[in-house]
Amino acid sequence: MVTLTIDEQKVTVPEGTSVLEAAWKIGIDIPSLCYLKGLNEVGTCRVCVVEIEGSKTLQASCVYPVTEGLVVRTNTPKVLKARRTALQLLLSEHPQDCLSCYRNMNCELQALAHRFNILEIPFCGEKKEPPNDDKSVAVMREPAKCIRCRRCIAVCSEVQQAFVYSAVHRGFDSMVSPAFGLSLDDVACITCGQCANVCPTAAIHEPDNTKEVWEALHDPEKWVVVQVAPSIRVTLGEEFGLPIGSVVTGQLVAALRRLGFDKVFDTDFTADLTIMEEGHEFLEKLKNGGPFPHLSSCSPGWVKYCEHFYPEMLSHVSTVKSPHSMFGALAKTYHAEKIGVDPARMVVVSVMPCTAKKYEINRPEMTDSGFKDVDVVITTRELARMIREAGLDFINLPEEEFDEPLGIASGAGLIFGATGGVLEAALRTIYELETGKEFPLPQYEQSLRGMDGLKEAEVEMPQGLIRVGIAHGTGNAKQILEKIKAGEKYHFVEIMGCPGGCVGGGGQPILSFRRGWEGSMDYRMDRADSLYKAEQELPYRKSHENPEIKKIYREFLGHPLSEISHKLLHTSYTARSRYPQKVVD
Amino acid sequence: MQEEKEKYRRLAALLEKYHGKAGELINVLHKAQLIFGYLPQKVQICVADALGVPISEVYGVVTFYSLFNTEPRGKYRISVCLGTACYVKGAGSIMEALKENLKVDEGGTTKDGLFTLESARCVGACGLAPVVTINGNVHGRMTADDIPELLERYRKEAKE
Repeated sequence: MVTLTIDEQKVTVPEGTSVLEAAWKIGIDIPSLCYLKGLNEVGTCRVCVVEIEGSKTLQASCVYPVTEGLVVRTNTPKVLKARRTALQLLLSEHPQDCLSCYRNMNCELQALAHRFNILEIPFCGEKKEPPNDDKSVAVMREPAKCIRCRRCIAVCSEVQQAFVYSAVHRGFDSMVSPAFGLSLDDVACITCGQCANVCPTAAIHEPDNTKEVWEALHDPEKWVVVQVAPSIRVTLGEEFGLPIGSVVTGQLVAALRRLGFDKVFDTDFTADLTIMEEGHEFLEKLKNGGPFPHLSSCSPGWVKYCEHFYPEMLSHVSTVKSPHSMFGALAKTYHAEKIGVDPARMVVVSVMPCTAKKYEINRPEMTDSGFKDVDVVITTRELARMIREAGLDFINLPEEEFDEPLGIASGAGLIFGATGGVLEAALRTIYELETGKEFPLPQYEQSLRGMDGLKEAEVEMPQGLIRVGIAHGTGNAKQILEKIKAGEKYHFVEIMGCPGGCVGGGGQPILSFRRGWEGSMDYRMDRADSLYKAEQELPYRKSHENPEIKKIYREFLGHPLSEISHKLLHTSYTARSRYPQKVVD
Repeated sequence: MQEEKEKYRRLAALLEKYHGKAGELINVLHKAQLIFGYLPQKVQICVADALGVPISEVYGVVTFYSLFNTEPRGKYRISVCLGTACYVKGAGSIMEALKENLKVDEGGTTKDGLFTLESARCVGACGLAPVVTINGNVHGRMTADDIPELLERYRKEAKE
């Protein structure tokens, strides 16, 4: 342990701690901008500078390690002036369009300008005006708003290992960009949106699709159906100031109804269906002796990662569509017929924690209903904006229930929102189908749940011992795939594109400046815990017990892996290059 | 076409030696540039693939160092020294004269592929200021008026 003095207060912290973290520990709020604990500790923005006794120049506290007896001052006139200057320089080349900015009121740069009472920007000079990159349907870039903090580079390269971004050019021309200055759409971007989640400004965000939803809702000719992903009910409340992980299922349903959706359904229903299809797909493989491992397919970010970086593994990926895609295909066939609505005038909207799903719905394969299966995907953040715009008092809305039949789901469907949830849900069903006994969950809870990057377990089945694995974040996926390529045997591996699974999705509320990155894994944990708690209150906890699932097989699909299931609920994948396709061709 | 194939053959031979050696990136890019005269995107991808470095990072390095070019260079590379000594002795007007004569901007290459115009920060010949180097040959105490004749000499040489 090391003891130092910050602003006349003594503090004792472990060796290796930064001055910034030490100060935060005792309630001294040194401002920071580029810093994200454990992810981006580079000292580029100079906003966190402090005076250190014996040092001639100011030091960036985020990268200055504590030493015994260090004397630090965080609020001297020299420090304050330097911080103001750093901010004013950043602002001098920043577009001054806060009022019409995507991140208005949720921008770290704006918050600092406010905190430092920046009322004028004395510097004026040349401004770069790089064009926006709006070619990708999933992630949009406004490079003019980039402050070059490099968080996006860190998350994309270190956590996701997709390596889309790099710092390019030098000096005044330096900027963050994909290779060759190309659009995100033209490089091996997996569209996970993690970069948007950590961006302190609006330099990276999802394209806004709320307008399309409003238009559909206001069109009397359209029958507009909405489905909500499992994780939305434990994150949306954060947008309205509720504690992290608050469960707002009832308010969510009520809000969607008030926005004007004709039916409010639950993607958890098709998560249950996923378990039926994928579970049987896996059981078939067990019967036929492989090929193993069987890899999950619910996460379109992971699927695209696999297409770009591990195309040789695509034959192992389940052919089952992601739950919301299944939903779209069923809504416009089974459900449309049932309620007598022409699918041509049906609009399916998905509220997702995910930017990759904006990409997914535009894949040419996702038209098995004869129409675009899902018409629009909006993120948790976009839904929050619609709710605000409609003037709903979200927190105080009376709780309401999802509509039937596509709104009935089991707890197994609900836990899809957390890393490990899909595999746990699958085990609850396949174990019981094969052994006739309930899956002994308590014995496996520790190994299947939680935020460890890689998790695994062994389960005794009548066919023998099966080894299952779980990875979340494509960097962890890479680790487990390399193990598999090196010969390690797994039977079933769940992979989620985002760290934490959907609760940490690229479309979730941005909390990067509520807490640091390690803290952010905590918030994923809080959200996941809420899912597991909410699940316990549901009447059914296994997908195969969901009465509406039984009914849809009886009335429409026949049995899992039937011909019609294959037509509507399964898909195929495309090997893609990890290099820009245009250049490779 | 044949010439291009030969260049890629030489690149492949080079990359074989550096397979998986991410730490040799700058060295390998430099050698690749000696083969091609510049670093086309395809060559950057070949280097990335062989060394196991992400293409975004390769591109970051290529654009960071002024040593590397991503566009084909002319037969003659004209470099105007804009260091302090040359600058106060009128290097700015020399640069302007070159831009006008060659009809290119700084960094550009003439349509006939003959000249590339660049600037340098002090070539260490301040006694000869202002200095222009062409393919490494130093031309000292230049004036804007000397430019047409100087370029003419190289155009003639190229024809021969």
